[in-house]
Amino acid sequence: MTTALKTPQQDQLGHVETQSDTHHHDHHLTGWRRWLLTTNHKEIGTLYLWFSFAMFLIGGAMAMVIRAELFQPGLQLVDPHFFNQMTTVHGLIMVFGAVMPAFTGLANWMIPMMIGAPDMALPRMNNWSFWILPFAFALLIGSLFMEGGGPAFGWTFYAPLSTTFSGDSTALFVFSVHIMGISSIMGAINVIVTIVNLRAPGMTWMKLPLFVWTWLITAFLLIAVMPVLAGVVTMVLTDKYFGTSFFDAAGGGDPVMFQHIFWFFGHPEVYIMILPAFGVISAIVPAFSRKKLFGYASMVYATASIAGLSFLVWAHHMFTTGMPVAAELFFMYCTMLISVPTGVKVFNWVATMWRGAISFEAPMLFALAFIVLFTIGGLSGLMLSLTPIDFQYHDTYFVVAHFHYVLVTGAVFSIMAAAYYWLPKWTGHMYSETLARWHFWCSIISVNVLFFPMHFLGLAGMPRRIPDYALQFADINQVVSIGGFAFGLSQLIFLALVIKCIRGGQKAPAKPWDGAEGLEWTVPSPAPLHTFDTPPVVK
Amino acid sequence: MNAPQSQPAQHGRLAARLLLVVVGMFGFGFALVPLYDVFCDITGINGKTSQEVAALSTGVDESRTVTVEFVTYVRGDMPWEFKPVTERIQVHPGETHQVAFLARNRSGESTVGQAIPSVSPGTGALYFSKIECFCFNNQPLAAGEEAEMGLVFYVDPELPESIRTLTLSYTLYNITEQAMGRG
Repeated sequence: MTTALKTPQQDQLGHVETQSDTHHHDHHLTGWRRWLLTTNHKEIGTLYLWFSFAMFLIGGAMAMVIRAELFQPGLQLVDPHFFNQMTTVHGLIMVFGAVMPAFTGLANWMIPMMIGAPDMALPRMNNWSFWILPFAFALLIGSLFMEGGGPAFGWTFYAPLSTTFSGDSTALFVFSVHIMGISSIMGAINVIVTIVNLRAPGMTWMKLPLFVWTWLITAFLLIAVMPVLAGVVTMVLTDKYFGTSFFDAAGGGDPVMFQHIFWFFGHPEVYIMILPAFGVISAIVPAFSRKKLFGYASMVYATASIAGLSFLVWAHHMFTTGMPVAAELFFMYCTMLISVPTGVKVFNWVATMWRGAISFEAPMLFALAFIVLFTIGGLSGLMLSLTPIDFQYHDTYFVVAHFHYVLVTGAVFSIMAAAYYWLPKWTGHMYSETLARWHFWCSIISVNVLFFPMHFLGLAGMPRRIPDYALQFADINQVVSIGGFAFGLSQLIFLALVIKCIRGGQKAPAKPWDGAEGLEWTVPSPAPLHTFDTPPVVK
Repeated sequence: MNAPQSQPAQHGRLAARLLLVVVGMFGFGFALVPLYDVFCDITGINGKTSQEVAALSTGVDESRTVTVEFVTYVRGDMPWEFKPVTERIQVHPGETHQVAFLARNRSGESTVGQAIPSVSPGTGALYFSKIECFCFNNQPLAAGEEAEMGLVFYVDPELPESIRTLTLSYTLYNITEQAMGRG
């Protein structure tokens, strides 16, 4: 096993040898065909990660358009219809194009190595689940250039905005969501089959690394709710083009029912985007505290209970639709209940650090930022869960602040932490800690300048998804926009760092972090294309 | 504990089972539509009144009065004027009343309208019983035609004590295209 994983930049130099050519016949492919036809979990993981980073930059560019327009009150840069397209497509790209594929990429790279498997269980399906994604997003982004523009009804595509009042690009939107859903479902099935069938001898359930556990539970959430999303976009499609009346009151349907079905998917979806993050943090915090993770079993049970509860809270997105009080109370209490298992996790991480020999390399910095800032996002979520208070906060910038704290400083920061943690394993080189610190400090300052003042805007009554605002919000919006531009630019440092790390740098040992645990650190860095062809024995 | 490093056949079996779950959940998404209607029918929480003719009232509860208000909305693309003749009346639960709504087609073309009722508070919808209503059918009006549309109703004496006012709103939709389509 002398072969190294070749990164895209090294592609042309990449000549890969192997003893077992009959098994791995794709090895001699070079250039673009190697990437198009690959069934190797590491190469597919790399594809996912690059794709998600590209989407992160595209979706981020749309956020820059939004913040530029909101830099001043009044309408100056873009017309309102285009502004609505930007908020819509920004949301769709970040959720389905950036965060979810990034976690799938991490799963592809790490899960087989963490459980001692030679590859994902269904490698050809793995190839499919990645390669249909670029087509989904080509459809979605392409629709922006159509006559009449792309989808402009918000990423939540509430009926009747998406049925009666939407443009012709809605069909493209629906098909692109179908493709994204199929991709996620195939990815999830692959993860489950891999974890259930391919664990190394002795790798019992309660020895699984938490990243594997959280992904297993996430995969079950995915196969439970992505089909419901596929169903609801199909109903939107038939309502709009084929004369059905699922959501049209005139034909006996009900537009509020759209919200019920959508959020039945939508709430588990937000846990799909955060549970793998919990797994990442649970790997990094013990490694840099040089202690075992505190409360492993409780972490597993907490993850499972969050996943279970996520099916019982969807209507907390709909408190203002005129639900009866009893229903509002039910959903309010269930929502508040989620803070218990989440609190268990936060306290476990803190307890892991307690009296640990902590060092502050980039993965740990991002993990610590995650713990603090995700908790802030969790607390604003708790505020939103209170029915009477939600009537004031609903559809304001307070909600925008809340979900950006949990998704940007939560999910995205955990992905950054994971990238720093495993970059030495992926590339065989240590990344530049100096650049990483620049990236971290620029990000952490700008992200708070960007999102924290949004809480105040929301409390003062600034509505979300509107291209103009009342004059009294001007100063804070200017600050927020400056934070936004700074945060966007800071991510280019990360891009530079990753490219630099791929090109060269200090050679990474098999286990670059002395406190790290897990099978992935027993293979050389960079990880060879094929690892664990004979399964390791876990004691 | 499964035997690790198992054969691809086993992968296929598990993948097939998971695929079955996926298909099931896709079906469940659509099953939510009738489930939602049944749930709302039983609990009446979404303010939809029954579109069936109610049985005649059996007894009148003269010990209390309920205010019933009537409001109308006309959807943007509907060229009609549509107003309640009576805006509010006081009724005893169980007492049968007749009220009228005035509709006038202001356009130069015959149009078909459909009025969709909704009761607020939503939990009162179950107790709003209609013996006769123009909203049970669609309403065609020729160009410039005017019509008085009747509603015969009573409030069920079972109405919870906490509800003192019921507001019945009608939203008028233009369904000319669909009605013509059906022939």
